[in-house]
Amino acid sequence: MLKASHKTGLVFFPAFDWAIDPTHPEREERLLYTQDQVTEEGIFDINGIIEYKPDLVTFQDIQRAHFCVPDEKTITTQSHLISAGGAKAIADAVLNKEVKNGFALVRPPGHHSMRVSHGGRGFCHINMEAIMVEYIRSRYGIKKIAIIDTDCHHGDGTNNIFWHDPDVLFISLHQDGRTLYPGSGFPEELGGPNAKGSNLNIPLPPGTSTEGYLYVIKNCVLPALEEFKPDLIVNSAGQDNHYTDPLTNMNFSAQGYAKLTTLLKPDIAVLEGGYSIEGALPYVNMGIILALAGLDYSKVVEPDYNPESLKQSVSITDKIKKTTDLVNSYWHQKDALRQKSGTPGDLVVRHREVFYDTDNIFERQKEKVRICQDCGGCFEIDSSAGPGHHILAIHIPVNACNACIETGYQLFDQADKNKFDFVFLQDRPKDLYQTK
Amino acid sequence: MIIGIDVGGTNTDAVLLSINGIEKKVKVTTNPADLFNTILSCFTRLLDNIDPKKIQRVVISTTLTTNAIVQQNMNPVGMIVSAGPGIDPIAFSTGEHYYCVAGSINHRGREKAPINNMEIEDIVEKLKKAGIEYIGVVSKFCVRNPSHEILIKRILNKHFKKIFMGHHVSGNLNFPRRIATTHLNAAVFFLHKSFFEAVKLSLKEKGLVVPIQILKADGGTMSLESSMSFPGQTVLSGPAASIMGAIPYAPKKQDAIVLDVGGTTTDIAFLVNKAPLLEPMGIQRGSYKSLIRSLQTDSIGIGGDSMVRIKNKELSIGPDRKGPAMAFGGPEPTPTDALVVLGLMPDGDQGNARKGIHKVAMGLGLTDIEAADQIFKKCCSIILKKTFEMIDRLNSKPVYTVHEFLEGYKISPQKILLLGGPAPYFAKKIEELYHIKTIAVPESSVANAIGAALARATCEVSLNADTEQGIVSAHEEGFAEPISKTYSKDDLIETALTLLKEKAINLGADQDNINEVEVVEFQQFNIVRNFSPRGKILRIKMQIKPGMIKGFEKILQ
Repeated sequence: MLKASHKTGLVFFPAFDWAIDPTHPEREERLLYTQDQVTEEGIFDINGIIEYKPDLVTFQDIQRAHFCVPDEKTITTQSHLISAGGAKAIADAVLNKEVKNGFALVRPPGHHSMRVSHGGRGFCHINMEAIMVEYIRSRYGIKKIAIIDTDCHHGDGTNNIFWHDPDVLFISLHQDGRTLYPGSGFPEELGGPNAKGSNLNIPLPPGTSTEGYLYVIKNCVLPALEEFKPDLIVNSAGQDNHYTDPLTNMNFSAQGYAKLTTLLKPDIAVLEGGYSIEGALPYVNMGIILALAGLDYSKVVEPDYNPESLKQSVSITDKIKKTTDLVNSYWHQKDALRQKSGTPGDLVVRHREVFYDTDNIFERQKEKVRICQDCGGCFEIDSSAGPGHHILAIHIPVNACNACIETGYQLFDQADKNKFDFVFLQDRPKDLYQTK
Repeated sequence: MIIGIDVGGTNTDAVLLSINGIEKKVKVTTNPADLFNTILSCFTRLLDNIDPKKIQRVVISTTLTTNAIVQQNMNPVGMIVSAGPGIDPIAFSTGEHYYCVAGSINHRGREKAPINNMEIEDIVEKLKKAGIEYIGVVSKFCVRNPSHEILIKRILNKHFKKIFMGHHVSGNLNFPRRIATTHLNAAVFFLHKSFFEAVKLSLKEKGLVVPIQILKADGGTMSLESSMSFPGQTVLSGPAASIMGAIPYAPKKQDAIVLDVGGTTTDIAFLVNKAPLLEPMGIQRGSYKSLIRSLQTDSIGIGGDSMVRIKNKELSIGPDRKGPAMAFGGPEPTPTDALVVLGLMPDGDQGNARKGIHKVAMGLGLTDIEAADQIFKKCCSIILKKTFEMIDRLNSKPVYTVHEFLEGYKISPQKILLLGGPAPYFAKKIEELYHIKTIAVPESSVANAIGAALARATCEVSLNADTEQGIVSAHEEGFAEPISKTYSKDDLIETALTLLKEKAINLGADQDNINEVEVVEFQQFNIVRNFSPRGKILRIKMQIKPGMIKGFEKILQ
């Protein structure tokens, strides 16, 4: 009988009654064949693989990671709360040491959801990993967390949520933003002034195969993790790098995903995208589960897998090496970059525009962050959405210094209620959320 | 009149029922080495002075296959397994003569790699050389497309006595369990067949010619004839017999616990609104996992004859049994002796019982009565603790749709039904300790045999309709038909119902007892490729619920 060498927890929540619309890629059918494969393989009968029931996340859980506009109830459904709850259930199982690692196979996905969420973008409404990470920090007091996003699309939502956070190392590997939604995630995007280098973006050229992915993991991701020494590693395990995915142009494989998982050794993996629902997902998910459990995955191959035809060209290999070198050089300069980013106490302004493709919303943001060398720095976001609301959101980071806590409250108190539909305050040290 | 026989590990119980009630009841000691004579002696005593022509129905539940598994007394089986992508199938090996072969079917039932005839023919030679007569053939996703199993069987047909195919075992997905279950059917087939042919012959000699029904682990019956294809389904029919015997006394629209306190073990099960819970996937005991439809039961190693001893200055009961209670001539003190000492049980030798309990009392520094009371209480608390753990486990089970997750049923029992010899003595104590209404089922010592006698035939069908591929199939039943693009949920239910009733009749059910049907599962998905709908996948699972046959309600009042 099979016995997992690592105890692995799984949450399986295919949300068989939720879809964006009947023919949308993010629909009921998406995890059907994965469920068939996992059931037929008898995964849940393996000694050491434990199935958990998803929790429901509470609005308080969401409020640690998001400013939902107008509120949490309006922009989420039961399925979102359960999907995020699946990640939370796995986090509890791992941190209570019931299992060594875990995988939340949940949908709908979340990694395009930003700190301010006016609705759906990139099939996402709320960010599962971010909600989970903030829950872990509040509940278990863990400080340093790394999130490795291997979805083919840039994890711009997660990137945005931890943009100013030096204690969360966010690394995204994705297809080059010049060729794919959401069009961001270039190496120069390194994080806010107080957290430069704690966001690493590694765009990969279309046609990147298993070789290229594993090169980046070995030569960029693992060394950065080694130096950062996170207390917990989270993998946003999107599966749309697969050679059969209809929305992307990459050549990754089930064997590649399993090897990546073995190298990365994530404590928690959370499913993100992946829309080759018949040809890829059943095999990729099997590969990841077996790799997490430390079981043999050598026979998990797609029926039409032909490694020869998926080989990447020499020019692609070159491009990947160059990008890796560039990102590594930024990583090594991170302390210097943070020093140079401004005078402590100053407020630095940034303007952004965000388009919500799923819900057709256009948002403008004006963000002010306090330069700080003691913490991630408090910040405020003036956000107006059309159609939608005009809000002001103030965030005090979880490990905030006293000066940033004070500044945060000043910003909240000074905010003119008449100018905004809502003014929100996220006080992470006290785990409080206020609206005025 | 109806005969019900339940062969248990320690005792065999048998009843003769008429519409007026219990005509006769018999309890004999099971002789595990000669179950045939154990059963025959029951028949002889039941049929004494009875015209065999008056018998309309015979139902037998045995430990034959269970014993064969425990004692590893099974026929060697050649297994041919084709897996395709996934876990290396060598992990599911059933032992010697296990061959993994080429061929692959995917989750939609599409062939991805063909089988290799030459490879199969080579294996035939090896198996023949090894003297193998029984074969199991299993391919991954055969419930979606059994063609590989059928093709392999064709090559094997003329060389072996009987070949079992995986897609006949169950409509459920689970390749490792399907391998184990197919292997089990093949391994116990010969034993089952020769045993029941002998029983049938002996009954014929007694003038008893009605078809014999065999009790299954799901608390339903199947005809002797159909049991030849699925002999593994008779495993664990014993606990099922007891649960069926408790059903008439269960409260309506409430949950109840069923506890069958035997000599060595106590079986635990649950009834929801008089219906027993089923294992979602199939029987599992320890590392053994199957696709055999079964009632949800668990067993703990404590019973009336469990050995009582002092371990590390603490009272310890079971899990071993050294013989009957000292009150009945056994070697070691038991919970039954405690009952005798407490004056709760009128039978048995008071002096011997006291001798045993005294030994325990000395070790604990208590009086005999105090020690007996403690043994009794501890016995109840071990059983109830395990029961409540099982409820927690059932209530924490993952479910898959938003609907099920939010509205998943929570078991909260309001009544305990006790069966088994010592049941009447336990009822009051449990009620006193746990404040749950507790009763001993009337005729608790033969309620299991009554349960077997009155159980109706049960079965389940699983259908998969794929309007893109234009087919509805239930390969377990050897059924596949073309369908149009507009095939709907109602069409599927109608097809399923027809198949279900046909299957029940083939299993030996009569027309009056095939209407207790329910839809166990229904799912429907749009198939979309390149942003346009291509069709639908509809899945249904329908069953005839375990329950009692009609016409005998009166005797259970």
